[in-house]
Amino acid sequence: MLDLDKVTVRYANRVTALDEASASFPKGQFIVLLGPSGAGKSTLLRCLNGLVRPTSGKVRSEEGGNILGSSAALRRHRQRTGMIFQQHHLIGRLTALQNVLMGRLSFHGTFRSLLPLPRADRLLALEALDRVGLADRALHRADQLSGGQQQRVGIARALAQQPHLILADEPVASLDPATADKVLALLHRICREDGITAVVSLHQVELARRYADGIYGLAGGRIVFDGPAAELDAPMLDTIYGSASTPSVQPAPLQPEQTPARLKMAKIA
Amino acid sequence: MSQSHLYATVLAEERRGGIRHAALTATVLAVCVAALWITDFFDSRRFIEGIPALAQLASEMVPPDFGRWQHWLKPLLDTLAMSIAGTVLAVVISLPLAVLAAPNTSPNGLLCQVTRTLLAFLRSVPEIILGVIFVAAVGFGALPGVLALALHSVGMVGKFYAEAIEHVDPKPLEAARAAGATPLQVITHSVIPQVFPQLADITLYRWEYHFRASAVLGIVGAGGIGFELMAALRLIAYDQVSAILLSILACVVVVDALGARLRKALK
Repeated sequence: MLDLDKVTVRYANRVTALDEASASFPKGQFIVLLGPSGAGKSTLLRCLNGLVRPTSGKVRSEEGGNILGSSAALRRHRQRTGMIFQQHHLIGRLTALQNVLMGRLSFHGTFRSLLPLPRADRLLALEALDRVGLADRALHRADQLSGGQQQRVGIARALAQQPHLILADEPVASLDPATADKVLALLHRICREDGITAVVSLHQVELARRYADGIYGLAGGRIVFDGPAAELDAPMLDTIYGSASTPSVQPAPLQPEQTPARLKMAKIA
Repeated sequence: MSQSHLYATVLAEERRGGIRHAALTATVLAVCVAALWITDFFDSRRFIEGIPALAQLASEMVPPDFGRWQHWLKPLLDTLAMSIAGTVLAVVISLPLAVLAAPNTSPNGLLCQVTRTLLAFLRSVPEIILGVIFVAAVGFGALPGVLALALHSVGMVGKFYAEAIEHVDPKPLEAARAAGATPLQVITHSVIPQVFPQLADITLYRWEYHFRASAVLGIVGAGGIGFELMAALRLIAYDQVSAILLSILACVVVVDALGARLRKALK
């Protein structure tokens, strides 16, 4: 449903973040972008909704063609493209519900959106919160929720857009391993149920193996692997992560009974 | 040997630092004393002559004469209305200007600079001068006072708003853009909600300030209690002057307390 065609992104400081990357994201699949930090995962994801403009190359969607064709086309594309961020990107002093309602903004004109959104939108937002198990926290301030809960609000915000596509940029990197697995499982289940195409960047090989229908491996701005999780063997991981000395396989998710101190250590690692 | 050499070097360096520090302190002190001297503060003769006059004035101020209090109610109410109206106008004009003046929300760099310059210009014209100009333009009364307060405050409030907007967390802005929000929606739904407590804070401080400033503006004929104060001064009715000053003080205390309570509620 979405194709990346020889996309190169060069930033103003002459760093080439993405080098002639081509990829395609079939409808309903859960695709993982795997690679170390700085490999170009975030840049690739942001090309898929126009937050980053390619220096050269095109991003095409099945419905609308070139997503950067016009500002109206871009807005239509973004309307049905939910994005989930590593740092959640919530507004701390607003309630969970208010944050989720941001996902409904693009369905209304700027001046209409200055007034409270219609009841139908509020119900949609509440439903989205319910699906991530946070309906009872709807009126809590976002900054009073735990990290895992905040990320679930982030997922609900994306769901409120009734998306065809979800882009998730390291959605579980700032969570402890046990919570990370739960949040990713939730995201995976919802995308399956709703037939949403998902593009998720991760740096944990284990998580990628568990959930991905297909994996793109990135290293130094290039796509160096394209295939199912089963084909991801040790030599290929060395290619992606640079050298054998790099811990290419992350430890399995920690069990909840482990001490907070160890959890904290794992988070930093 | 080399260790004692190191100690000596460190101590010598510390001594040099101490001398620099002392020189700086002496310079600042000299400037302060010079300023007092230039403004005749050290002319003891004027104080010796002045103190009895001051005592005379003070004695004429007590007891305060509240006899005309019914005539002050309306002007006090006018002053209150002026302070609120001036704040409303200032906020309405400041908000769009602040969005233009903050580098992260401004559509382009030139417009940002132009707006910043405009705000600086408005700030630099004192409201009493604006008051004189507006009295000449639209006549006596509360209206010129409101216009003067608002216009001067736009320079101040706009700058503070812009600074608040400038330091907003960019992450939720990216989230709004990704969800397809228009540039204006990003501002109304992602920037403003983040800075709302700061904007409310700035606005309420400005309202408190406006109450005090509007009392002064009355002196140039821009309505309110300041007008009565000027009239009493002209009549050399110092007991009435002190009564009016006490009335203003009471109102300022009430307005400040109200502002503080509102600020707390809007956190």
